[in-house]
Amino acid sequence: MSSATAHAHDNTYGQDDTYLYHHFDDLNQQHESSSLGMWAFLATEVLFFGGVLGAFAIFQTMYAPAMRLASHHLDVMLGAVNTGVLLVSSLAMALAVRAAQLRRDRETIWLLIATIVLGSAFLGVKAYEWIHDYHLGLVPGLGFRLDLYPGRQILFWSFYFTLTGIHALHMIIGIVIMAIMAVLVWRRWFSGGGATQVEMLGLYWHFVDIVWVFLYPILYLINR
Amino acid sequence: MSTESRADDPRSIEASDSTRGYLGADYSIKSWLLTTDHKRIALLYLASITVFFIFGGAAASLVRMELMTPRGDVFNTPDDYNRAFTIHGVFMIFFFLIPSIPAVFGNFLLPIMIGARDLAFPRLNLLSWYVYMAGGLFTMYALVSGGVDTGWTFYTPYSTMFSNTQVIAAAMGIFIVGFSSILTALNFIVTIHTMRAPGMTWLRLPLFVWAHYATSIIIVLGTPVLAITILLVAVERLFQVGIFDPAYGGDPLLFQHLFWFYSHPAVYIMILPGFGVISEIVTAFARKKIFGYTFMAGALLAIAVLGFLVWGHHMFVSSQSMYAGMIFSVLSFLVAVPSGIKVFNWTATLYKGSVSFKTPMLYALGFIGLFTIGGLTGLFLATMAVDVHVHDTYFIVAHFHYVMVGGMLMAYMGGLHFWWPKITGRLYSEFWGALSALTIFIGFNLTFFPQFILGYVGMPRRYYEYPQEYQVLNVMSTAGASILAVGYLMPLIYLPLSLVIGKVAGKNPWGAYGLEWQTSSPPSPHNFEESPIVTGGPYDYELQEFADMHRAVQEHGIV
Ligand code: HEM
Ligand SMILES: [Cu+2]
Repeated sequence: MSSATAHAHDNTYGQDDTYLYHHFDDLNQQHESSSLGMWAFLATEVLFFGGVLGAFAIFQTMYAPAMRLASHHLDVMLGAVNTGVLLVSSLAMALAVRAAQLRRDRETIWLLIATIVLGSAFLGVKAYEWIHDYHLGLVPGLGFRLDLYPGRQILFWSFYFTLTGIHALHMIIGIVIMAIMAVLVWRRWFSGGGATQVEMLGLYWHFVDIVWVFLYPILYLINR
Repeated sequence: MSTESRADDPRSIEASDSTRGYLGADYSIKSWLLTTDHKRIALLYLASITVFFIFGGAAASLVRMELMTPRGDVFNTPDDYNRAFTIHGVFMIFFFLIPSIPAVFGNFLLPIMIGARDLAFPRLNLLSWYVYMAGGLFTMYALVSGGVDTGWTFYTPYSTMFSNTQVIAAAMGIFIVGFSSILTALNFIVTIHTMRAPGMTWLRLPLFVWAHYATSIIIVLGTPVLAITILLVAVERLFQVGIFDPAYGGDPLLFQHLFWFYSHPAVYIMILPGFGVISEIVTAFARKKIFGYTFMAGALLAIAVLGFLVWGHHMFVSSQSMYAGMIFSVLSFLVAVPSGIKVFNWTATLYKGSVSFKTPMLYALGFIGLFTIGGLTGLFLATMAVDVHVHDTYFIVAHFHYVMVGGMLMAYMGGLHFWWPKITGRLYSEFWGALSALTIFIGFNLTFFPQFILGYVGMPRRYYEYPQEYQVLNVMSTAGASILAVGYLMPLIYLPLSLVIGKVAGKNPWGAYGLEWQTSSPPSPHNFEESPIVTGGPYDYELQEFADMHRAVQEHGIV
């Protein structure tokens, strides 16, 4: 698509009329729709995680001793490092959104790449933890050692892998979209007008980070 | 609002054959499969939903044939019988009842009713149809290649541990189709918030739009919980992860809580859009403003909220505590209040109206009667002592069929007949229309009323053999089902036929109020030649100019 030169009808979101779809009246309406859509989608995500988190909270109180025993096998340090990595990635993402709004394409691309790298680092650490757990015989269904970890401890691990698993899945999806977005900015697909898209991606990424900010204390810390 | 043409904009749709509206914009297959026009997407849904309905209906006929005699004869084993009613339940609930009215009529009408050119996210809308089809075909594959015998409820630990059927595949199909409803609901919420025409304030929204708003909120808040529940069942089956299964330290009651947290609100996902349709039909054919508009809109929202608080009434006979049961019982009674408001206000609207008994109105009256019976028996069931007696009997089957088939399906048929002229530009035969409504009403009652008695005297559901003394009522029920089938077959013939031989409908064949009746039939690709500016409430049937127009309809038949 040819690059837009006339910015006659700019709105405040770093886009111009070339990006107005025919069924909207103006860019403000279009931007408002995108953000409301994203927020509503995030509401569904809250409920999605909320279902498992609620269930886990109930078991956590019902079987507190077993949960405590199990949780001690997690490495608090690794979890803390990962929390830090993820928070920095959120910062990079926020800067990417800002850069996109200012139409600084190169900066946007680099910041997206930084976010991808940090997100991948998180997943790397996570994978390392999982492999470690596997060797300890902590993975239900894949050689769980009931003799070593008797009682309800398996319940903790079922929830641990479900929660961290769906969280990791969300991160992978985010990373893939970020990569696509970086290429699109690079190919000047948006011609500096992709601010809304990058902004929505940013909301998603912050949400995924916030989920982890809940998971870390619930899984790693409260049983100390 | 400006309506300047965007002829230089490559994204704008080419001016079309004006008498065929959006249908004549382009005739190629590609123009249908890649369309982003909400009206065409609605028709894609109409076609696919009809196919799934027939599929689910065929399974129901087999179930009903089996139950004609006390012995197992149609199916070779009880397992086959289980598979058949699971196919029936899964397809009717997840692929017919939940999507039907929103995906077909909501898609088609919602933007038009609020004066918008399309939904907020047209491409997402198309995507949701593809997701729906993927989920549907996937589930169909699962159910015909081996099938599932758990019933549509997938109760654990049977589904995770004992059933050796295609549970994972079917669960994934339902998981996928859940995304489709979430996408549609998101699209509706955003569209209603941001795309209303100038003057279309919240309190001027047609009740149909309010109903879809309330429904969308339930979908957005409920469906993700079903998604995670179903995902957990699949994970548990695959990896023996113990969340629901006591053998692995889990708790099957947790499954029931999570499942019904979605599935009770889901019954309102099914019925609220029906309420919206009935409100439109009742005002249009009573020629009166709807009685208590704000209460009608408020009741929809109240039902949406209260619906989330009553799931425990499905678990009275589980090991749930008695006190929890009492609270759920009281809350369930509360839901009856807004539902009662709806029925009362429809009746009040009809009272002293100049009612004309056209086909859509016949369906609407059927709805009001049958839904009332279904709702009242719901109150029986919300009473713990009664529920303990009739739980898992045919009383339950009768109750939910009165609500879902007698209610929701009647509304769907009513809506189909009401807006058919708008969608296609043609009128169908009034005689056949009325006959189908009557046949369905009679067939329905003959099918399901005996089941109340059967359940009350103790016939359990999901059994394929039963004691001799239940046979008479079962035969009545099966006979009714055949009449019902004939009733449903009729529209499958005369509606398509109307495309060829039907009279041209004109803009407003019923002389009804509302934006959708002010644009051509079928509407142009952009819905309106000129974007409307709204100056009054949704049902100003008392206005003088409107009364004049109505007289013109009466005298000349067509506007
Ligand atoms: C048209 C004629 C119909 C007949 C003869 C019929 C018959 C039946 C029967 C006999 C059962 C009980 C199976 C059992 O529990 O053993 C059943 C269950 C059910 N039906 Fe229908 N049905 C019909 C239409 C519908 C329609 C149109 C819907 C939805 C739109 C529907 C939704 C359901 C559901 C959700 C269940 C529960 C399945 C379960 O609990 O596993 N039915 N039906
Ligand atoms: Cu319920």
